[in-house]
Amino acid sequence: MIKFIFKGLLRDKSRSLLPILVIMIGVFLTVGMTGYIRGFIEDFVDQNARLQTGHVNVVTKAYAQNESLMPIDLALLGIDTLMKKLETDFPGYTWSPRINFGGMLDVPDESGESKKQGPVVGMAVDLLSGNTDEINRLNLHTALAEGHIPEASGEVIIGEELARKLDLHPGDKVTFIGSTMEGSLTFRNFTVSGTIRYGVRQMDNVIMLLDLKDARSLLDMENGATQILGYSKQGVYFDEEAARTRDTFNKKYAGSGDQFTPVMRSLRDEPTLGYYMTYINSFSGLMIFILIVIMSIVLWNAGLLGGLRRYNEFGIRLAMGEEKKHVYKMLLCEALFTGIIGSVFGTLLGVVFTLFLQYKGIDISGMMQGGAMIMPNIIRAKFSPDLLSIGFIPGVAAMVIGTMLSGIAIFKRETAKLLKELEI
Amino acid sequence: MKLFILILVPFLWTGIAQSPDPYVILDRVDQNMLSTTKILEGKMIVYGKRNTRTITFRSYSEGIDKSFTEYLSPAREAGTKMLKLKDNLWIYSPAADRTIQISGHMLKQSVMGSDMSYEDMMEDRKLKDVYDATVTGEETVDGRDCWILELNAIVEDVAYEKMKIWVDQQRYVPLREELYAKSGQLLKRAVFSDVQRFGSRWYPTKINYRDVLKNGKGTDFIVTRLQLDVTIDPYIFTKAALRR
Repeated sequence: MIKFIFKGLLRDKSRSLLPILVIMIGVFLTVGMTGYIRGFIEDFVDQNARLQTGHVNVVTKAYAQNESLMPIDLALLGIDTLMKKLETDFPGYTWSPRINFGGMLDVPDESGESKKQGPVVGMAVDLLSGNTDEINRLNLHTALAEGHIPEASGEVIIGEELARKLDLHPGDKVTFIGSTMEGSLTFRNFTVSGTIRYGVRQMDNVIMLLDLKDARSLLDMENGATQILGYSKQGVYFDEEAARTRDTFNKKYAGSGDQFTPVMRSLRDEPTLGYYMTYINSFSGLMIFILIVIMSIVLWNAGLLGGLRRYNEFGIRLAMGEEKKHVYKMLLCEALFTGIIGSVFGTLLGVVFTLFLQYKGIDISGMMQGGAMIMPNIIRAKFSPDLLSIGFIPGVAAMVIGTMLSGIAIFKRETAKLLKELEI
Repeated sequence: MKLFILILVPFLWTGIAQSPDPYVILDRVDQNMLSTTKILEGKMIVYGKRNTRTITFRSYSEGIDKSFTEYLSPAREAGTKMLKLKDNLWIYSPAADRTIQISGHMLKQSVMGSDMSYEDMMEDRKLKDVYDATVTGEETVDGRDCWILELNAIVEDVAYEKMKIWVDQQRYVPLREELYAKSGQLLKRAVFSDVQRFGSRWYPTKINYRDVLKNGKGTDFIVTRLQLDVTIDPYIFTKAALRR
């Protein structure tokens, strides 16, 4: 029986070629686009989590409301106690305090006069305590373009583009000018130990990375931090888990009206990030749905045309005593085989495309100029095992559904009129 | 005819009294507030979100183009000096032992965490040279009769496009100021009090300066010692004096 169907499909190319091509293209697009979008979301989420938001983060209520201004006067204080509490209450996370602050970097000439100046965004993380969590999290060894990671107090590492603009090289002296937590003017000389390149303009153009202790002393922020970032020990962001952690933490402080009360947010709570994640996820689902609908319609039409072309064949088979149900079942079996063949080839092509983009990536840096979000400059697709089924099942389903719809015509044939129709 | 004039004069006088020349008022205000030279010692009380800080300073100024300020306490600020020469502003920090010119967007930053920006500090020109003025009404402020003057900028490089000031009718000192952006939004509010006489001048010795975009109590500037029209060593107004 199966052999019979296969022979039919192989000998009558018009029965198999077009449906297989349609399925193959549809499945290829589904697999390829899903892999690409998945890769984009994962890169986007991972990069933002590592550099900016954590999987969850704790700030003061007032800081959360004015975050874009980097208001260090609204930072968390007495964080040792808070850190211990977080470690006890949420052991599934690793907690890291950070300080983000703004200011100006001044480069002196030989006589000590200002040679060049540029705005800078300071990011203070634990670099010198011996714990390498933050160094690894920020991929500093990979991102290092020149020089070395700070090894002593008074050393900073700056974005490669910022270094180029200010004509700075490892070993050069710079002066940071800014405000302390209390608003006092603060000046401090630093030595540039190296430069980093993340391929993210918002980082490479303005970032100055320094040790947490140096920043605390610079900003008069003893035992303080602008935020405490939490990273899931599993290394992956789970939206529901993060939301649960956030809600449990916030419940404890729900009654407090103090503007310095700590508040936890999940990565998705970052307004722009959350919007893009929802948008991209919805877009991905919608795209798969549209592909299935379009493929079904195209295959339905192909089935109808095939039905017309095989009008006589079905008539003869019915006249010879084959049951309508049997003819219909045979058609569906044919569709199943065609769908499987098309889906296998489509999935293979989609996976090859995904793996190619995973390795090669697409450079979107030209489109991201001036953007406020941290976006990877090169977007790479991401292969995951479920890509093997994500297009395969809809591909087979579309073929079967299309044939089911077009095959209904078989049941409308009147056996009594068959001989007349066949002009026998 | 004489009788007609006699009857008319009081009305004319009333009319004049009701519409004083705004430029005369501004001139009198400038005479009080500006001097050839000035040495001022004072303190700045900054009401922060978490605590209150008091910063003491001594400042020297000559005309509207030269000023030199040295911060005396607390320890964090002590030794920090600022020099303004015309449109240039330099800051010396003993912590970094560097003299750095403040320019561009840094001028909009707060001075020592106060509600005052460097740009505000730089603005020392005579009001009548910068603004077009009209008297829009009268009001009593702290029990003193004041004229309300509305000032609109006539030059481009001005920190505030529009100002509204309440000027004491007897002593010609401002008792209240409102500073507006070009869009008409109120940005800052200043309240002048403790007006004292220094020679022939009246001078407010306490100013509360408040950035209305911040939710705070503002910053108090309190004059503890004021010397007007005294001789100041020209060396003070040089960059070398910053490292002295």
